[in-house]
Amino acid sequence: MAPGSSTINRKRVVALKKYLLKGNEAIAEAAIKAGCRLFFGYPITPSTEIIEYMAKHLPAVDGSFVQAESEVSAINMCYGAAGAGVRVMTASSSPGMSLMQEGLSYIAANELPVVLVNIVRAGPGLGGLGPSQADYFQATKGGGHGDYRLIVLAPNSVQELVDLTRDAFDLADMHRNPVLLIADGILGQMMEPVVFKELEAPSLPDKTWATTGAEGRPRNIITSYALQNEIGEANCLRWEAKYKNIAATEQRWEQYMIDDADYVVVAYGTTARIAKAAVQQARQEGIKVGLLRPVTLWPFPVKAFAALGGKVKGYLTVELSAGQMIEDVRLAINCAVPVHLCNRQGGMVPSPEEVLARFKEVFPNSVEGGV
Amino acid sequence: MKEVFTRSKALTEAPFHYCPGCTHGIIHRLVAEKIEEMDLLGKAIGVTPVGCAGFCQQYFNIDMQGAAHGRAPAVATGIKRALPDKFVFTYQGDGDLASIGIAEIMHAAARGENITAIFVNNAIYGMTGGQMAPTTLPGQKTSTSPFGREASLAGFPLDMPRIMAQIEGAAYVASVSVDSPKNVIQAKRAIGQAFECQLAGRGFSFVSILSTCPTNWGLSPVKSLEWLREKMMQQFALGILKDVSAK
Ligand SMILES: Cc1ncc(C[n+]2csc(CCOP(=O)(O)OP(=O)(O)O)c2C)c(N)n1
Ligand code: SF4
Repeated sequence: MAPGSSTINRKRVVALKKYLLKGNEAIAEAAIKAGCRLFFGYPITPSTEIIEYMAKHLPAVDGSFVQAESEVSAINMCYGAAGAGVRVMTASSSPGMSLMQEGLSYIAANELPVVLVNIVRAGPGLGGLGPSQADYFQATKGGGHGDYRLIVLAPNSVQELVDLTRDAFDLADMHRNPVLLIADGILGQMMEPVVFKELEAPSLPDKTWATTGAEGRPRNIITSYALQNEIGEANCLRWEAKYKNIAATEQRWEQYMIDDADYVVVAYGTTARIAKAAVQQARQEGIKVGLLRPVTLWPFPVKAFAALGGKVKGYLTVELSAGQMIEDVRLAINCAVPVHLCNRQGGMVPSPEEVLARFKEVFPNSVEGGV
Repeated sequence: MKEVFTRSKALTEAPFHYCPGCTHGIIHRLVAEKIEEMDLLGKAIGVTPVGCAGFCQQYFNIDMQGAAHGRAPAVATGIKRALPDKFVFTYQGDGDLASIGIAEIMHAAARGENITAIFVNNAIYGMTGGQMAPTTLPGQKTSTSPFGREASLAGFPLDMPRIMAQIEGAAYVASVSVDSPKNVIQAKRAIGQAFECQLAGRGFSFVSILSTCPTNWGLSPVKSLEWLREKMMQQFALGILKDVSAK
């Protein structure tokens, strides 16, 4: 269990059979097991297996799959379905996520529980199919217009894709907020053994606000239209309070060899696996370095950094971008110590050796006898 | 005393904000009366557009969701797939449906989505102050076609009901108007037939209604009705264009 906190507290009941699954299929199966009955999507590599899996398996559970005419339409179908109170998901990859930003802004404004998956590929533009983390800003800072936040979950294994997909649906219902699961083509295509844990369902609020037809109750209206500035401000204050609550209660991270660490490598998703191998190599060389892996990208796990206090002499983020998460790390520690970047871009991935070499380059004093 | 006219139960008490002589109000009333007459108050979910009717959730006394500009058919699709037994309709202007939302409406029809679209065509963008719409007539002056819509620069109007009737998944398509008592009755009948189409599970239904915008046309309410009859009806011919149940 990663440190940090969550309002979704589960007791494991029993572990079931192991399956060997591809990341994308594991997400889809986990969604169906989490009660997702509607899926709207548009094909795009490297996320397409998710929509194909849904097309094949949703009918058997009386669900409905629609191949939308575009991602613009897919996200608005999600908006309608979530408004009608049903668990719904869409999945795409970077260029498709760009098209979804308009709808996402409306979903966030109307506080609707929608689960989204972005299997990020290299951009900007049409880019390439290789792994990338260049959508970090889009995912964590808003993306569409207006002031809103998505809860962003960043798994780093197929098992975690399964576990966090399940949590995504509960978090979305719990907080009435869209939740984005962010990964890349390596995780999406990777095959690993997984178990679908049988877990107690958390207690979630009733969807009394859903537009299901007003039979026997006052009618429900879902709209973000607020031409009166006073109403607009009241809405914004309500959202702000919700985001503050989520930021206080939902930070998750994993830490590795951090207790005695002088230096900390920060990485999420695919690069966290590489960074972990680099940390292991460094430790063999006697370098006191640990790994901090954000599991929630929003809320960013600032508590993890606060807990490290003034012990750490420097941070290195490992990112598949020109450096995006690094800004949040600097904010989390108030720029108290140097924060450096180790990165590859455009679909390229660094090796553990590259990460270690970069680490030694920026922190020469970390090496025994270094200057 | 005999009551000859009363507000439909499907309308709230909120007064319409529409300009004097605007026929959005008549169209609201017809839709509301059909919702009440067909006993749909408890099972109807409406989807609002962006445009002058973007506030119609204040008027229709039923569950409503507000869509982004042009996306109402996608939103309605999501609702209908979630709740196939409920009655789902969109209410959209010509900018909303025929311009920014052309993909959403065409594909909802192509899928044979079992929803109803009420299309209010006033040949102009009302809400934003009278810009050219995809339905603006050749030669018609608007704030973005100040010299009149010229085909070599701005092309030709789209006749949406005729386009929709070509789509196999569209089960019912009507082109009506609310410029005269006779046409109002016909429009109401068409709305009822479209609703019937959805309730019978026959697939996508579409009612195009010619409507006025005295404010942005720069005409009085009476002259607006004349302009609608003389100009719009020439471009957008009325009639029941498709009804699979009639076969
Ligand atoms: C994405 C987006 N683009 C533009 C607008 C601005 N806008 C609001 S209403 C409208 C046109 C509405 O015209 P129409 O659909 O014909 O409806 P009417 O107001 O005439 O009833 C436009 C362009 C918007 N709200 N959203
Ligand atoms: S601007 Fe035109 S369409 Fe809008 S309410 Fe006024 S008359 Fe009606």
